[in-house]
Amino acid sequence: MRIAKIAGFYALVAIILAQALFPFYYAVLTSLESGQAIFDVNYLPKVIDLSNYRAAFEDGVFGRQILNSVFVSTVVVIVSLGFAVTASYALARVPFRGRGKILLLILSVSMFPQIAVLSGLFALIRAMGLFNSLWSLVFSYMIFTLPFTVWVLTTFMRKLPKEIEEAAIMDGAAPLTIIRRVFLPLLWPALVTTGLLAFIHAWNEFLFALTFMSTDTQRTVPVAIALISGASEFEIPWGSIMAASVIVTLPLIALVLVFQRKIISGLTAGAVKG
Amino acid sequence: MFLAPMLIVLGAVALFPLGQTIWFGFTDASLNNIDAARFVGLRNYIEWLDYGNDQGEWLGLLADDRWWRAVRNTVWFAVVSVSFETLFGLIIALVLNAKFPGRAVVRTLVLVPWAIPTVVSAKMWGWMLHDQFGIINDMLIKLGLIATPIAWTASADTAMAAVMMVDIWKTTPFMALLILAGLQMIPDDIYEAARLDGINPVRVFRKVTLPLVMPALLVGVVFRGLDALRVFDIVYVLTPNTDATRTMSVYARENLFDYDKFAYGSAASTLLFLIVALITIGFIYLTRMDLEGKETD
Repeated sequence: MRIAKIAGFYALVAIILAQALFPFYYAVLTSLESGQAIFDVNYLPKVIDLSNYRAAFEDGVFGRQILNSVFVSTVVVIVSLGFAVTASYALARVPFRGRGKILLLILSVSMFPQIAVLSGLFALIRAMGLFNSLWSLVFSYMIFTLPFTVWVLTTFMRKLPKEIEEAAIMDGAAPLTIIRRVFLPLLWPALVTTGLLAFIHAWNEFLFALTFMSTDTQRTVPVAIALISGASEFEIPWGSIMAASVIVTLPLIALVLVFQRKIISGLTAGAVKG
Repeated sequence: MFLAPMLIVLGAVALFPLGQTIWFGFTDASLNNIDAARFVGLRNYIEWLDYGNDQGEWLGLLADDRWWRAVRNTVWFAVVSVSFETLFGLIIALVLNAKFPGRAVVRTLVLVPWAIPTVVSAKMWGWMLHDQFGIINDMLIKLGLIATPIAWTASADTAMAAVMMVDIWKTTPFMALLILAGLQMIPDDIYEAARLDGINPVRVFRKVTLPLVMPALLVGVVFRGLDALRVFDIVYVLTPNTDATRTMSVYARENLFDYDKFAYGSAASTLLFLIVALITIGFIYLTRMDLEGKETD
């Protein structure tokens, strides 16, 4: 009875792992096949053929698109953390009226459906002359990175003891100095967490990137992958799609595996007390 | 003073565009003529087209069957997906909450689907669900569950199921982690006491675990529900242009940019915003969720 229970438990663990990992494993497998081999269903690798990967970088456009994604995601992280650190200092440490209201406003912005602001943002971005510029994405991604980073950093800062900055205030340090010298060193863990999540979110974003970019060389990788197509419905280059998918996903999986504790704490922050 | 930059950016990127979207919904704006938009009242929402001989028909979003089909699709998608994600998330969380060798590794690996970009997930599953060469059909045939391959994404009967499958696969890890965080806050002595009293594990789960984990679970349901109601990527990539899966977001974007009905699309976006807001408020009210408590602590 006891053995059956344990076996059942491990069978469940095995099923959970298999469903989580198999699709990506199969994408890797497909990306290593080319020509007719792709159309034979295999469960284990038979050949290792890198031609899909070579082809992906051949014309240089895909490489350019990866750089676009790296640029946008990195700048989004830096800018949103910059805004969020000062804002969350005020929200966590400076008592003023309407603080709760502002937090509620920030929370409600994070619930905005992206499509609800799409046409307004489109008009705004065209008016600013940013259409088809990567800066339009840096700007528009603030709508989901800012509320989240401000929220998590405020929660984190509130938990820091008051005494640490009181000494600095006694010494007559200006607020900006306090933020830089006292809080930043203590905030590192929270900054890494929120930065990672903002990066992943920006890297994966699709709707804005699809709408605000009009030429191939300006696109980010999710859009590039979504738009790969063949001459007809029957000539979709699945091998290339899977190779490109593996290339853009591997860095994210690496980040998740390395920083899983930080990511989990960020995902559950704000949602669960403590 | 420190808040000002952040609030200005948020206003520029969220509140102002939202206001613009709502305004466009009441105008005749078109994609190439946004600035010259003129106010036309409710025409995008509802309009009586009079044929002159006591006959006519209702036009506009509120009279558009395709729009209401999209609303039904979205709500159906959200309800089914989030239910399964909660169920599977709860199962995975309970497994991960048990102590067993290798637990840390399993917990990390379970996160993999969450880390994969939505577009990539949709493409990966699109390939696995391929009608002729897909591995899912191959598995099902080998297991003897089906006799002939199913055209998962192409057939109207299964397209929605395919979309739900991808969404459930991708976001269950998020649900599992939230619920796990809730489970881990339940003190061990409660279980210890229950065990000493010889209470049946199923009863312990129903009377102790479930009520205590409920707040975390509800937060997860709200987050996921909001996400599911604005679903776009999966549908756009996996099953483009099918009535069977067209959601509100897909419908709105189609009108905005593909059909050159910018004002009409804006009206749809506004309506989507209202529907999502109403559902959110209703759900929070019904479950009496303690949002205030989280604000103040």
